[in-house]
Amino acid sequence: MSETAFEPEITAFVCQYCGDMAADSAGWNRISYPANVKIVRLPCTGKVDVHHILNAFEHGADGVYVVACPEGNCHHINGNLSAKRRVKYAQSLLDEVGVGGNRLEMFHVTAAQGDEFARIAAEMTERIRALGPSPVRRAMGK
Amino acid sequence: MIIAQRKPLEEIKEMVASYEKVLVLGCGTCVAVCFAGGEKEAKLLASELRMARQMEGKSTQIIEHTIQRQCEWEFIDPIKELVASVDAVVSTACGIGVQGMAERFEDKPIFPGVNTTFLGMPVQPGEFVERCQACGDCILDLTGGICPVARCAKSLMNGPCGGSQNGKCEVNPETPCAWQLIYDRLSKLGQLERLLDVMPAKNWSTSRDGGLRKIIREDLKL
Amino acid sequence: MSGDNGKELVVGSKLERLLKAGHFVVTGELGPPQSADRSVIEKKASYLRDVVDAVNITDNQTAVVRMCSMAVAKMLIDLGIEPIMQMTCRDRNRIAIQSDLLGAYALGVRNLLCLTGDHQSFGNHPQAKNVHDLDSITLIQMVRQMRDAKKFQCGEEIKGQEPRFFIGGAANPFADPFEFRPYRLGKKVKAGVEFIQTQLIFNVPKFREFMKRCGDLGLLDKVYILAGVGPIKSLAAARYMATSVPGMDVPQEYIDRMANAVKSIPQEDKKARREAWEREGIKICAEIIQQVREIPGVAGVHIMSIEWESAVPEIVQQAGLLPRPKLDA
Repeated sequence: MSETAFEPEITAFVCQYCGDMAADSAGWNRISYPANVKIVRLPCTGKVDVHHILNAFEHGADGVYVVACPEGNCHHINGNLSAKRRVKYAQSLLDEVGVGGNRLEMFHVTAAQGDEFARIAAEMTERIRALGPSPVRRAMGK
Repeated sequence: MIIAQRKPLEEIKEMVASYEKVLVLGCGTCVAVCFAGGEKEAKLLASELRMARQMEGKSTQIIEHTIQRQCEWEFIDPIKELVASVDAVVSTACGIGVQGMAERFEDKPIFPGVNTTFLGMPVQPGEFVERCQACGDCILDLTGGICPVARCAKSLMNGPCGGSQNGKCEVNPETPCAWQLIYDRLSKLGQLERLLDVMPAKNWSTSRDGGLRKIIREDLKL
Repeated sequence: MSGDNGKELVVGSKLERLLKAGHFVVTGELGPPQSADRSVIEKKASYLRDVVDAVNITDNQTAVVRMCSMAVAKMLIDLGIEPIMQMTCRDRNRIAIQSDLLGAYALGVRNLLCLTGDHQSFGNHPQAKNVHDLDSITLIQMVRQMRDAKKFQCGEEIKGQEPRFFIGGAANPFADPFEFRPYRLGKKVKAGVEFIQTQLIFNVPKFREFMKRCGDLGLLDKVYILAGVGPIKSLAAARYMATSVPGMDVPQEYIDRMANAVKSIPQEDKKARREAWEREGIKICAEIIQQVREIPGVAGVHIMSIEWESAVPEIVQQAGLLPRPKLDA
């Protein structure tokens, strides 16, 4: 696997109200975003457990991000804030393991922000591309 | 309850470095409630270990399991076969659980995954504070329900010392002075006169200082 | 056990005799070195000799390892200076303390200051295990019981010579809760303390209020209060004490005076600025001594000038407390 040909595998945990709707908005508006991102839809990002994040990395994800509703606008009141805290904790665990907390990020969008959703997908793809394959994936020889 | 804190991964990795197949064993009671070593935390630790060992080209045979309590034989005995199938166990129970496991499985290396930290409570989500030192001779009746043994940095019987300032302890300005708390509480209860008596030197023989402590209850014996 | 101080001598130390004879007593303080160097003690002692009546020997103050107070106390005795040995509960349990008391008495020590001790986290061995088997008040109780009841803390009789100390304690009038401080002093009196040395006093009106409340509780007839004073060495020291030392209350007035003391001296002239600060610090200290002397119940002053022992003669001189009274042997 040469570094130039590296295509990152990225998992995005999105809530069905904002993150997923924003992905839809991007579709309706024919805004394209990198195909590297695999979307996991959840009823609320409050359902994102640290374990789910680590699981993704353990199974070969190069990067993970969470897309939640804007702060103060969560459909489940504060699920997005829980997600934000957990992402921060998971970042510390990833640093501890040696995977790197910078492979994980938290974002907030509204349902209408298809362009922002696409921009985030592109930003994370570029960030992870620059970081190269996750050391776990590299060790797995995938 | 017993409050614990996960050990750094580096330390745990080092303990199990020479073992192929490792069981991370969670405990579903105190350490689960304080989010240090319950089912979820055992899963996280196992996942971290697998990733870390993968990156080092080592065996990733790290399995996880959780039992309700590691401090009672009834809960430990049913996992005999599971324990037999691994080379070592990282127990995320408190020090009692780790020792329970070590006593039951004499030939199996059992390692601690957490630091057992204190007896306390979550005063608010995410904030755990020490409350008791298990001194074996409770004096909370005399101190307004606030323990100076556990909560005063010097375990004073006749505080507050000269380092009490604005209600805080000089040792840590974020820690309330236990004796200020006692003063305030007794004041509210109208029992300030309790503080006028000299509390005698404490008998520490009931505490850890007296050696291993043990309670026998004939009525409970089989 | 009564806390009353009759005029009858119970120990016969110079400190006890002077206080009971009604002299306004001056005590000093000597911080042992962080080494085994005897000459440091001799040098510091030379500043204090003849200008104070007795000298406190701190016990690993601020939890920094220093030469042991008992050894230094013995050196002072040999130099003809009366020591007040400090004893804290931080590093010794009741067994070690009582053993030290037997030894200290045998070596000629007659005054003991009973303290809880600074927490080890402030010192140079923050990883140490602390003891705190006793606290200052139960320590006072124990020392008094050894002397008056000839009994060890456990209740066993002391067969043979009991250790007899003139028993001191500390009080911080400026710590919280302020209303409780006189009562806590009362507990020390109840436990058997005979003299008190206070925390450094800069806020004289607040100290006066504290003394009034102690008087209202009837404590001033039962215990000799030595007001703690000390010179400020520089403007930075004044600010540090005002903001960063728990239990210390330094009014703005003194900080301003320290600032004004060097107003007309250029920044570059460090030596002149230092000397000006030292002059002002000593002057303020002498003034405070004169002020606290007027407060009913103040039986003397305790001058804390650790690591600046050389300032003490000048302070005592300016405060008009020389010459010190002589006692017939």
